[in-house]
Amino acid sequence: MTTDELTTAVPTAAAPDRLRRLRSVPPIWLVLAVALAVIIWRDPSFAEPPSLMAFLKRCAPLLVAALGELFVIVSGEFDLSIGALMTACVVVAARVGDGDPTRTWWVIPLLLGLGVVVGLVNGLVTTLLRVPSFIATLGSMLVLNGATFLWTGGSPTGALADNLRRVGRSGITGLPVIGQLPWAVLVFVVVAVGATLLLHRTRFGHQVFAVGGGVRAATLSGVDVWRTRTAAFVLSALSAVIAAILLAGFAGLSQDAGAGYEFQAITTVVLAGAVLGGGRGSTVATVGGALTLQALFTLLNIFGYPKPLRDTAEGLLIIAAGAYTAYRARRSG
Amino acid sequence: MKTLTAPVRLTGVLRTDRSEGSSRLVWLIFLAVFLVAWLVVALGGGSFVTVANLQNIAQRSVALGLVTVGQTLAVLGGSLDLSVAYVVSLAAMTAAVTMAGDTSRVPLGVVAALGTGALAGLANGLVITRLRVNPFIATFGVALILRGALNAAFDNFAGKVPDSFQTLGYDVVAGVPVSLFLLGAVIAAAWYVMHRSRFGHHVYAVGGDAEAARLSGVRPTRILLAVHVLCGLCAATSGLFLVSRLGSAAPWVGPDGGYDLESIAAVVLGGIALSGGKGRLLGPIAAVAILAIVDSVFNFFQADPFLRTLVRGVVIVGAVAVYAYREARENA
Repeated sequence: MTTDELTTAVPTAAAPDRLRRLRSVPPIWLVLAVALAVIIWRDPSFAEPPSLMAFLKRCAPLLVAALGELFVIVSGEFDLSIGALMTACVVVAARVGDGDPTRTWWVIPLLLGLGVVVGLVNGLVTTLLRVPSFIATLGSMLVLNGATFLWTGGSPTGALADNLRRVGRSGITGLPVIGQLPWAVLVFVVVAVGATLLLHRTRFGHQVFAVGGGVRAATLSGVDVWRTRTAAFVLSALSAVIAAILLAGFAGLSQDAGAGYEFQAITTVVLAGAVLGGGRGSTVATVGGALTLQALFTLLNIFGYPKPLRDTAEGLLIIAAGAYTAYRARRSG
Repeated sequence: MKTLTAPVRLTGVLRTDRSEGSSRLVWLIFLAVFLVAWLVVALGGGSFVTVANLQNIAQRSVALGLVTVGQTLAVLGGSLDLSVAYVVSLAAMTAAVTMAGDTSRVPLGVVAALGTGALAGLANGLVITRLRVNPFIATFGVALILRGALNAAFDNFAGKVPDSFQTLGYDVVAGVPVSLFLLGAVIAAAWYVMHRSRFGHHVYAVGGDAEAARLSGVRPTRILLAVHVLCGLCAATSGLFLVSRLGSAAPWVGPDGGYDLESIAAVVLGGIALSGGKGRLLGPIAAVAILAIVDSVFNFFQADPFLRTLVRGVVIVGAVAVYAYREARENA
């Protein structure tokens, strides 16, 4: 195309271009807007800043975990181990911390270290030993679950220190309008901004997309595939550790603290339009996905549906999201 | 024409049994595990090869074995089914509630349970083929839908099967548990279908390369639908076996057995590639038997169940790493 063609083409293309940009907004935001509107219609107090903050606080652990899972899924793999890792973190923090606030300063680095080890093992088993990540991380899940409770003798022991729980439970109080800014919300904003910059603005982020889009093409253009994927697994595990610390705050110590989080995180990422198999996904849409899932649960609660139906709603939503993504890919491809 | 530019590969359809691989390695491992278990238990002062213990191992294998046969078909077709655990529950609940303790309603209960299993499989297949949703998401979504519906409808054990139906779970004929005949029949039928019929070749072709299969005249949509219906039927059969053991059914009988992830683990332990189209049916069956033997050894020593979970994780990853290494060496 010559420069002449380009300049003449631009003005005529402007109008459909804007329409196309509107259509390229992930539909998850539309679903979220409708869900929030219905919630506020049924329960106007929900729109008040303090209860919005409480809502965001409830979303925080899933959001942080999902942002980590996103890196792995964009790179073309799965991470089924994050739920077990989250449980392990909560149980380990209670056992070694034993409710003593002075130990928290080394408990948190210890947990992050555990996360790095789990992420490295997942990544290296997947890339160097060529075990499919579904199996590799299923194995980590079994090993983590087994090891954690073998160590504690079947049920969690010890207690979570107060200052550790504060991260997930309390916040900066006495602020105008919102009243309290929960630490959890602050953490998820920081993680979301960090993940966005890392995935969409850095060379590493581009490499994650390249690896997920096609291993051969990525290798030929000089991307270190195994290093990129391993780094994605480490990021996922680190996010799970942060999510576990938030969860320890408001859910406390329990032996199934993180159970099911791996599938919820994958659901969230898929709701946000990411494709299993890699190469597509966005951090901002993932935030939308997590908020939508939580809004949907709130909605079912308001209408008084029994709790199990949450699963049914989530199942329908994930199939709809998968079908929509596939439909879009067919039309644009 | 666009469709003609892709290379037409017939290998997918004309594959011989030889290139489907062999399950011999898995059976050798089974033999080794069996002998080691025998030795270890003997050293521990027990006897491994007793009729009671072997019957116990066989019973243990039946529920997972039935689910695994179906899962193997799904994975060979290039798909997978994460909903099997809830299909097991669904079929068990349907059977228990339909039979309601009445012997004359047993046939009705069996048909109803198999019907719900086939329907769940059909739903999986339709979401995958018509809506083109990734099998992982599609079957996980169906699993969530079933879980929600089952837990909303029942919060405890419900229904009852008549004593006559419990013979399936408990009776022994000539030293062999009746349920083992059921498992044997299902395996034989699946083996014939997969390795001796045209349909089986088509499943391998679709699992190997759906586009190549389509270009050589196989309809991947139909094959995938059939494979998922069969997988649902196998899970429902497992539900029938479980309800005959338990006498009644609860929504958690399937998920508590972990049949979804365990069956996938057995499939890959059995040497079937998760990417589809490679491996033989009897491999996963050997893997199920291996898992049951290991369980029984752990039981004998009254080992911590969490140690068992840990060991299982290491074994699964280790075995798949060995397969991957062998394959990389063969291709090199």
